[in-house]
Amino acid sequence: MITIQGKGVSAGVAAGPLYFYQRAKAEVKRSTSAVFETEWKRFKDAQTKAIEQLGALADKARAEAGDEAALLFETHQLMAEDLDYEEAIEEALRGGINIEAVISDVRDQFAEMFAQMEDAYMQARAADVKDVSNRIIGILTGAVQGGIDSDVPVILAADDLAPSETVQLDKSKILGFITEGGSGSSHTAILARTMGIPAIIGVGDQLKAEYAGREVIVDGGTGTAVLEPDSDTRVYLMKKQEDQRKLQEMLDQLKGKENVTKDGHSIRIYCNIGNPEDVPTVLSNDGGGIGLFRSEFLYLGCDDFPTEDYQFEAYKKVLSDMGGKEVVIRTLDIGADKQIGYFNLPHEENPAMGNRALRICLNRPEIFRTQLRALYRASAYGKLCIMFPMVASVWEVREAKKVCEQVKKELDAEGIAYSSDVQVGIMIETPSAAIISDRLAKEVDFFSCGTNDLTQYTLACDRQNNDLGRFFDPHHPAVLRLLKLVTDNAHKNGIWVGICGELGADLQLTETFLSIGIDELSVSPRAVLPLRRKVRESNVAQVRDRLLGDLLSDQTSV
Amino acid sequence: MKSFDYVITDPVGIHARPAGILVKEIKNYTGCTVTVTKGAKSVNALKLMALMGMGIKQGDTVTVSVEGDNEEEVAAKIEAFFKTYF
Repeated sequence: MITIQGKGVSAGVAAGPLYFYQRAKAEVKRSTSAVFETEWKRFKDAQTKAIEQLGALADKARAEAGDEAALLFETHQLMAEDLDYEEAIEEALRGGINIEAVISDVRDQFAEMFAQMEDAYMQARAADVKDVSNRIIGILTGAVQGGIDSDVPVILAADDLAPSETVQLDKSKILGFITEGGSGSSHTAILARTMGIPAIIGVGDQLKAEYAGREVIVDGGTGTAVLEPDSDTRVYLMKKQEDQRKLQEMLDQLKGKENVTKDGHSIRIYCNIGNPEDVPTVLSNDGGGIGLFRSEFLYLGCDDFPTEDYQFEAYKKVLSDMGGKEVVIRTLDIGADKQIGYFNLPHEENPAMGNRALRICLNRPEIFRTQLRALYRASAYGKLCIMFPMVASVWEVREAKKVCEQVKKELDAEGIAYSSDVQVGIMIETPSAAIISDRLAKEVDFFSCGTNDLTQYTLACDRQNNDLGRFFDPHHPAVLRLLKLVTDNAHKNGIWVGICGELGADLQLTETFLSIGIDELSVSPRAVLPLRRKVRESNVAQVRDRLLGDLLSDQTSV
Repeated sequence: MKSFDYVITDPVGIHARPAGILVKEIKNYTGCTVTVTKGAKSVNALKLMALMGMGIKQGDTVTVSVEGDNEEEVAAKIEAFFKTYF
């Protein structure tokens, strides 16, 4: 038994014979007495053909793996006909060198340029230039395309697979991928995830040619591949595979289903995201909306305050990508554990209770105004809900709403469109907000409970202190009673209430939340389907009296 | 010559695909030479690989200059294009 450790980039377990990808290696001969006109024409013909092939691949990728995968080939098309690329080729051809050798030189030159760039994404583009160039060389030399020459499905091993190679592969023959190089943002990793095939990358020289044909089990979750596993390992991994397969099958069947209990009680399941790029995962996991979009990434990713236009674009993207589903965007929530240099916030002894979130916004209205203007402008592109974090008093909410009104007036005066039905809500994360939620409910359209902070403040227990593990108990009756109080006050005033902390995905509490009457749970995208399953298995009528009785009783149940 | 400064707001900057879109757009203005400058580096905006090679990121300021027929009008169109895509 040999264990190979790499980086898992696409989860799942698969077993099969190890097969090394056969790459058609076009022999590039070099000549220094080629005629320019002849070689240039050969290049133009091969270029046209490459562009045609790439168009067909884009269509195939779109059908198999969606628009994102297709864009890659469209980029390749642009590269193949790029002026810069052509000029480099033309210049080298003038030296009398044959076209195959010229393209191979130009390929290396451009690939080198990308490989030396700072940004990992741009470095990965070196593979694209190579891929496009090899395609043209392949057309010129008539080399056969590489592939899998096996009758049975295999675990495919390669140094690194070019994006076009992954798409051209016969998917029915592939059980999993292992590559020596590659990165998590390489197209191979992305395609493997989209196609749901386990993949391990970056195993380096652990992969040896003599392993070809031997049995291997890959676990894309842990990044481990086991060659010729002993029987215990085999049993363990195969059971894991079976469990995952069953679970995934069950979860996939829940897509498109309602979040409704056996006794007809329904709840909305939304997602928490921190970046516009998370939206596709929300949609693929069938999230009903976005219950918490943390806007901090806009501030954390910059060296200075992000401009209104910059923020507007990010909000607009999320709203339009969500296609009219509700999107709750939380205004700036920095301070405490999230510090940003250019805010120049003085050091605090007790930052969790300090100048943070809405407090910063009310103290420095110019920062707040910029964000609200961007938000209202973006509201024209979807269904926006604005949420203020860290509220303790009614006056704070009134003051924040006043800024919203001013911003709307400004936009009216400037003739800029915004939606007239933007909901404005607050997070309930301080005990104070929970206790006066009857008054706060009269000021806003919704509440969303941030259970991490609510637990920390209610129990006076620092959630970042590892020594306090057993004291930090989000299941504490004090926290749950506050959630019930907040929900009752929300409903008395006709507004909805959600939970956007980690507790929302805690399946042990799902029945409690349903019994309390929470309207929405916002969880990480991967937690949507397991939560939906739990909701559909629940029967609130059967458990409500017992659960609420226990919660409100003056006796401890254990 | 007509030029404008622009701060890139798109989170991905001018990467492969956005660079491709820009090249396609610039191809519409055959009477003009469009140059993109970042710091000390300048490239012809028709050159995809060179443009990608600049590694233009979110937050970077670029200067775009347009020289040729109807440069005023073309510069305004390109500026609007930047605002939409970058």
